Amino acid sequence: MLYLMNLVPSKKQLSWIKIFVFSLCLIPVSRLFYLGLQDNLSANPIEFIERSTGFWTLLILLVTLSLTPIRLLAGIAWQIQLRRMLGLMMFFYACLHISIYLWLDYSFVWADISKDIIKHPRILVGFAAFVLTIPLAITSNNTMMKLLRQRWKRLHQLVYFIAILGVIHFWWLVKKDIREPLLFALILVALLGIRIYYKILAKQRRVK
Amino acid sequence: MIIKSKPDIIPSEITPKEVFDNRREFIQKAGFGLIAASAALLASPLRAATLNDKSILPKPLGAHPKIAGYAKTAYGAGDKLTTYDDISTYNNYYEFGTDKNEPALNSKLFKPRPWTISIEGEVKKNKTISIEDIYKLAPLEERIYRMRCVEGWSMVIPWIGLPLAQLIKWAEPNANAKYVEFISLADTLQMPGQNLQVLDWPYTEGLRMDEAMHPLSIMAVGLYGEQLPNQNGAPMRLVTPWKYGFKGAKAIVKIRFTEKMPLTSWMKAGPSEYGFYANVNPLVEHPRWTQSSERRIGAGLFSGRIKTQMFNGYAEQIGQLYAGLDLRKNF
Repeated sequence: MLYLMNLVPSKKQLSWIKIFVFSLCLIPVSRLFYLGLQDNLSANPIEFIERSTGFWTLLILLVTLSLTPIRLLAGIAWQIQLRRMLGLMMFFYACLHISIYLWLDYSFVWADISKDIIKHPRILVGFAAFVLTIPLAITSNNTMMKLLRQRWKRLHQLVYFIAILGVIHFWWLVKKDIREPLLFALILVALLGIRIYYKILAKQRRVK
Repeated sequence: MIIKSKPDIIPSEITPKEVFDNRREFIQKAGFGLIAASAALLASPLRAATLNDKSILPKPLGAHPKIAGYAKTAYGAGDKLTTYDDISTYNNYYEFGTDKNEPALNSKLFKPRPWTISIEGEVKKNKTISIEDIYKLAPLEERIYRMRCVEGWSMVIPWIGLPLAQLIKWAEPNANAKYVEFISLADTLQMPGQNLQVLDWPYTEGLRMDEAMHPLSIMAVGLYGEQLPNQNGAPMRLVTPWKYGFKGAKAIVKIRFTEKMPLTSWMKAGPSEYGFYANVNPLVEHPRWTQSSERRIGAGLFSGRIKTQMFNGYAEQIGQLYAGLDLRKNF
C-alpha cells in the first residue's frame, strides 16, 4: 500500500493514465448509443437517457472533487493533474443532460421550458447548476488561468456550490426512495468536510 | 543588518507520534469507506444495465391464461395501444422495488392464486369473495383507457374487468358508507420491496362513493385478453382513468367502506404533493412534474410531448361529479 502510494507516474505514464481515464469517462455515453441501437432504453427512453447522463454528471463531479481530499489524506498529489480533464468530462455530460431535456423532452418549446424551470424548484436548481458550470468550462484553459490569476481560483470555487445544487436536484427528483441521492449527499459532505477540516487545521497552525 | 531566519518547522506543525502511527490505519479506513460507497453507487446503474437485458425480461404476451368471453366496448377508439412489452415492463409498483423495471423481475415469486378479497366496514355484513367468483360477478368487458401518471407519462391500456359498481352492489354497503378504501396485500415474502419503508404498507387508496359507483371505474383482472401479469396488479386492481395512475391500488385484498375520508398511502407520504382526489388536471401544477403536458410511452424519441387534457380527456363522462368543489384545493 505504502509502496503504491509513493509511486509518481512519469510524464509519459501520466499521459497514458489520462488516455485511460478519458476512455473510461466515455463508457457511459457509448453504452447509451449501444442500448439505443438495440432499442433497449426501456419503455421511456428519454427519461432513461436523462437519468443516465444526470447520474454520470454527478458521479464524475464527485470524482473530480475527491482529488484534493486524496492529496490531503494520503499526501499523493499527481492525480490533481487529472482535474481539468475530469471537470470538462463532467461538463460534457451536463451538456448532454440538458440538451436531451431541451431537445428530446421539450422539443425546444421555450414557453413550456421556462414554465417548467420557474414552477419546479428541482428544475430551477438543476438549471442554475448548469449555468454556473459554463464560466468554469470557458476559463478552464491555461490562457484564462494566467489572465485571471487569483480570481481564477475564486471563480472555480463555484464548483462546490454547483455540486451542492446538483445533489439537491437529484434529491428532489426522487419521490420516496432516497437511497441513491443520500449516498451522493454523504460522499459530497465527506469530500467538502475533509477540505474544511484541513482548512481549520491550517488556520490553527498559523494562529499558534 | 540582522536577517531573522524562520525556523524550518514550528513545534505545532510537528505531528504527534500517536497520530503519525495511526495515519496509515486512518487512510486505509477512509479508503475503504470511499471504495465501499463508490461500489454501492456504481451498483445501481450496473444493476439497471443488466436488468435492461431483454433476454431475462418477464413473460411475453401469450404466457398468461386467456380470459374467455369478455365483451368489447367503444372506449378508447382512436387511441393507439401501448405495447404489451411496455405496459408490463414499466411499472410503478413499489412493493416490488422503486425502479420501474424492477416490478416485472421482482414479482416472479408472487402468487396471485388462490386469492380472496374481504369486504368490511360500513356494510350489511362482512364477507369474502374469491377471485374466481369476482370473474363471475358480472360480465367482463374490455376497456381501453388512457393512463396518466403523475410523473408526466401516459399509456393506452386495454384492460379487462368489471364495473366497480357491480362489485359494490354485491358488497351491500349500508347508508353510512361515504367512501371506499382499497387495501393491497402486505407480505414481505412475496413483495420484497416492502422491506423498505418507502411507503406506509399496506398500500391503501380510496374513492368517494359516487366516484366508485361511476361507470368509468373498474376492477381490472386482465390485460390484452389475458389475466393480469403480477407486475400490473394481479389478480385484481383498481382503474380510474380520469385520475393519476397511483390511484390504481394493485393486488387488492380488502375493500372497506367508511364514513370518513380514508388517508391513503401517498397522502401520508407527501400531503402537499398527493391529494385524495388526484384528478388529472393540467391547471393544477405539481411541485416536481409538469402537469400541462405528458409523454406518451412508445411514441419514439422525437415525438415530443402531448397536451394533458382535463380529467385525462374524460371530462364529458365525469360530468357533474365535482360540481362546486374547488379542484385547486382538493387536488
